[in-house]
Amino acid sequence: MAEITMTEALNKAIDEAMAEDDGVFCLGEDVAAKQGGGVFKVTSGLTEKYGENRIRATPISETAIVGAAVGAALAGQRPICEIMLMNFVGVCMDQIVNHAAKLRFMSGGQTPCPMVLRTTTGVGVGFGGQHSDMLEAWFAHVAGIHVVTPSNAADARGLMRASIDANDPVIFIENILCYGLKSEDPGPGYRVPLGKAAIAKEGSDITLVTYGRTVLDALEVAGELDKEGISVEVIDLRTIAPYDEETVLASVRKTGRAITLHEAVRPFGTGAEIAANIQEKCWDSLKGPVRRIGGTFSAVPFATVLEQAWIPQKSDLAGQIKASVGKA
Amino acid sequence: MADIDREKLLDIYTRTMKVNRTDEKFRALLMEGKVAVMYYCVRGQELVSAAAMAALEQDDYVVCTYRGQGEQTAKGIPIEKWWGECLGKDTGTCKGKGGTMHITDPDTGIMVTTGVVGSGLPIANGLAMASQNNGDGRVTLVSFGDGAANIGGFHEAMNMAQLYKLPIIFLCQNNRYGEHTAYADHTDSPDISSRASGYGMKGIKVDGNDVNQIYPAMEEAVAHARSGKGPVLVEAMCYRMMGHFFGSDFSYMPPEHLEEMQREDPLPKLRKVMLEHQFTEEELDKIVADIDAEIDGAVEHALAADLPSTDEIYKDVLEETA
Repeated sequence: MAEITMTEALNKAIDEAMAEDDGVFCLGEDVAAKQGGGVFKVTSGLTEKYGENRIRATPISETAIVGAAVGAALAGQRPICEIMLMNFVGVCMDQIVNHAAKLRFMSGGQTPCPMVLRTTTGVGVGFGGQHSDMLEAWFAHVAGIHVVTPSNAADARGLMRASIDANDPVIFIENILCYGLKSEDPGPGYRVPLGKAAIAKEGSDITLVTYGRTVLDALEVAGELDKEGISVEVIDLRTIAPYDEETVLASVRKTGRAITLHEAVRPFGTGAEIAANIQEKCWDSLKGPVRRIGGTFSAVPFATVLEQAWIPQKSDLAGQIKASVGKA
Repeated sequence: MADIDREKLLDIYTRTMKVNRTDEKFRALLMEGKVAVMYYCVRGQELVSAAAMAALEQDDYVVCTYRGQGEQTAKGIPIEKWWGECLGKDTGTCKGKGGTMHITDPDTGIMVTTGVVGSGLPIANGLAMASQNNGDGRVTLVSFGDGAANIGGFHEAMNMAQLYKLPIIFLCQNNRYGEHTAYADHTDSPDISSRASGYGMKGIKVDGNDVNQIYPAMEEAVAHARSGKGPVLVEAMCYRMMGHFFGSDFSYMPPEHLEEMQREDPLPKLRKVMLEHQFTEEELDKIVADIDAEIDGAVEHALAADLPSTDEIYKDVLEETA
C-alpha cells in the first residue's frame, strides 16, 4: 500500500468528506487556491474541486471565522475552520468556550454545533513564544468539546473523518513537526473513533500516557529501554478530551506504574488530570507515584539551543521511567 | 415613504403589545417577589423588535442578546415555553438549562440568544453563510445594542459579511446605553450606521419609535439582503427606559433626558397611528386584553410546571450524553 504524509492524509480526509456531503466546507486564512492552499497546504487542491464558496479564504478575523463556523453548524452544515496557529485561538476564545461548547447544553439539546476547528502548533521549529504553544488543556477544561491530536498520518486521516462526522465541536490540533511523517495510507472511508486511545506499544512494567508529537519520543525511549529489560507500554490518547479512561486505567492496573508526557507545560496540564485520576482509581494497583513530564513553565524560546532545552527531554523521560521501576 | 397597509399595521401592533405586555408582566412578577431571576427590561424598545420581526418570514433566522425578549416573543416563540424557560422549568424552550439570557427556539428561528455583548454578530454571519451555501433563501437578522458596536467582533463580522455579500441584517438597537455607560461616554461618533460605509455596506439610520419609519426601513433591509445584494446595517434609534437589568441602579440616567425620551415613547405614537388608520379604541384594547389573558395563562402554567430533573446537568453536554 502507498504511503502518505500527515498533510496528505488530512487533505484526503477533508476532500472525501466534502465529496460526500455538500454541507462540509472549509474557511480560514489563506486556505484557498489563490493564497496557496493553506499555509501548511492541508487544503491544497480543494478550491479547484469545490470552488471558493466551499473553500472560503477569510480576512484575518479569528473571531469572525470561528463565529461563522458556529453559526453554519447551528444551521446544519459541517464547517471546518482553520485557526492558522494555535496561539491565535486566544483571539476567539469567546466563540469557542461560550458558544461552540455550550450551545448544545444551553439549548437543551436543540442546537448541536458540529464543527471542526483545525489548528497547528509545535515546539521545535523556531517560531518563538507566540506561535508554538500546545494549549489543549484550555479546551479539555471546558465541557462540550472534543480535543483531538494525531501522532501519525494514518490516524490523522481517520481522526479527521471522525471529527467531521462528530455532532459536536472538535478542536483538532496538528503538530507542525508531524506534517511530514509518513504512514501507510489506510484508504478512503477510514475512521478512527473519537475517544479511543491506541496502545502504540505494549509493555508490562510501566504505562506511559501521551499524545501528538511526543508519542514519537515515547516510542523511541521505550524501544531503547526494552534493550535494558524495561518494558514500557505506550498509550497514544489520540483524543485528549474526553479521553479513553478505560484503556488508560486498564493498562495501569496491568503495569502498576504510570507516567504522563506532553509537550504542553507541566503545571495544570492534562497530564495532571490524568495522573490524579489514575491515583484515585488505581491506588490499589500502583507500586509508586504517578509522574508527570511536560514542557518547561516559560514561554517557548526562540534560540534553537533554548527551544530544544525547553522541550520535554528524552533523557528525562528515560530517567523517570527507570526511577519509577526502581532501576535508576 | 409608502404607507403600511392595515393588515401589516395590525400585525406590528399585536407583536409590539405582546412584547410590552410580557415586559410589564415580568416586572410585576419580579416586584411582587413571585420570581427572582435576571431580567433585562425592554421598555421603550418594543416597537423596534416587533417591526423587525414583522418584516421577516417565519423561517428566517434571528440571533439576539440577553435583552432579546422583544425578538423572541415577537418572532413567535410559544409563550408557555418562553415563560417556562425564563422561570427555569422543565417545560421551557431549553428545559430550563438556558434561562433568560440563553433562549433558543429553532422552530421559530431564534437560533442563539447570547449573554456576551457583541458575540452574536459573527455567529449570525455563519447562519447567513449556511443559507448562502445551500441557497435556502433565508435571511438572518442579528440584533444588538450600541454598546456592542465597539467590540472587535462587530468589525470583523461586518467586514466579512460584506466581503461575502451574506444575506444578513445587522440591527443595532441604539438605546443610548452600553450597560451603565451612556452613548456619548463610549462612542465619539454621532452614530453607528455611518460605519457601514467603512465596510462598503448599506447603512440605514431610522427612528425606532415611529412605525412609519422603522417598518419600511426593515422591509427595505430584508428585501436587500434577500435579493443577494449583501448585508445591511440598520441603526434604530430608541431609548432604554429602565436600567441595564431589572433592579439595577439607574441614577446615571439623567431624569431630564428620560422625561424627554418618554415623550418619544413608541407605544402612544403607535396607538395614534392605529387610530388614524381607523382601528377603534375597542379593537386595540381587545388585542391587549387577549394578550394579557394569554400571558396570564402562560405564567400560571410556568409557575406550576415541574423543575428540571437534576439528571439534566449530565445531559446534552456532548451527543453521547444527549
